[in-house]
Amino acid sequence: MALRMWASSTANALKISCASKPYLSLSRCFSTVLDGLKYAESHEWVKHEGSVATIGITDHAQDHLGEVVFVELPEPGGSVSKGKGFGAVESVKATSDINSPISGEIVEVNSKLSEAPGMINSSPYEEGWMIKVKPSSPSELESLMGSKEYTKFCEEEDASH
Amino acid sequence: MNLMRFKGLPILKQLHIEEQLLRTSSENWCIINDGTNDPTIVMGVSGKPAELLEIESVLRDQVPVIRRFTGGGTVIVDPGTIFVTFICNKEAVPDLQPYPRPIMSWSSSLYSKVFQGIGDFHLRENDYVFGNHKFGGNAQSITKTKWIHHTSFLWDFDVRNMAYLKLPKRAPAYRSARGHLDFICRLKDYMSRSTFIDKTVEAARTQFLLRSFELGTIENCSETEFRPSTRFLTNEELEAAAVAGQ
Repeated sequence: MALRMWASSTANALKISCASKPYLSLSRCFSTVLDGLKYAESHEWVKHEGSVATIGITDHAQDHLGEVVFVELPEPGGSVSKGKGFGAVESVKATSDINSPISGEIVEVNSKLSEAPGMINSSPYEEGWMIKVKPSSPSELESLMGSKEYTKFCEEEDASH
Repeated sequence: MNLMRFKGLPILKQLHIEEQLLRTSSENWCIINDGTNDPTIVMGVSGKPAELLEIESVLRDQVPVIRRFTGGGTVIVDPGTIFVTFICNKEAVPDLQPYPRPIMSWSSSLYSKVFQGIGDFHLRENDYVFGNHKFGGNAQSITKTKWIHHTSFLWDFDVRNMAYLKLPKRAPAYRSARGHLDFICRLKDYMSRSTFIDKTVEAARTQFLLRSFELGTIENCSETEFRPSTRFLTNEELEAAAVAGQ
């Protein structure tokens, strides 16, 4: 994990911009992707353990978003729908929607993120978790990507831009 | 891309239009508002009034305060402010990753055409500057399928209005703790209003096929009951924030 994080920082520092399109980055994706999680194309992860699924954003997402300074999350007891927004993060003067990879009832929200939103950057898969959900359609998890598929997805996405 | 031009449109109305288009329209938009009407304070989505505003003065002088739907900092806008907004589908700009920094980099390349050869223009830590003086502030919102990048340009400003704003805790490093008047500059010292707006439209035309759009057309066609999150803060909210230190 440490080596990958160092590599990610170095890749960012060494990003080379194309002269004609200065907003292009030619760096490769060195972000961490964990086995055992499922991933959405909008860069959220899901960890399904028993009757509860934990959701957050991936290392790739937090790296591209920049320093997170504010997180807007729903209240427990509400519901989320697959593919629909449930909250937002603020970074680099931008709010970015967070979309739920699955549908279900919100049973817990990470209240620590209101005081320490930077945990999303420093620990996106652990302390930076956002909500815990009781899945209403467990089969939705099957349509999400596994770690290898998501890694390839990130590489292709970064390479095409 | 649909181009809507306004003059003196109230900033709350502008922000409501933008939020609705971001959330409900599948088209691309450029909105230009040449000055708003009354001086109004506009905070970003996470702005804390007690940290950012001189609340006592704001309440005394009844300056309206808005919390907008995009990120970023606090500005006080008035007839001297020129607003330019781009609302784009994720495919609208080829090869552009829909994240804050690439979008900001794209917009700065567009404005580089507007300010070519004028005043050492560049994007500096997310602000538009001439040298190290800021004249344009940016904010964005990114959804699953679209993004918005909007800018308030200080064509002119009233020095007295700056007194309502505190020095923000989160400030770019290049600000170097300078007070408002040492940090910002006026676009009017470099370019006329009409030249700036014309050059911005011209720069947008190099990337998009622009077609003029009337506001009434949107309002007539609206089939969704969209409720914007952008709103005025009440006096009670500001007073409570002052007491709580938030």
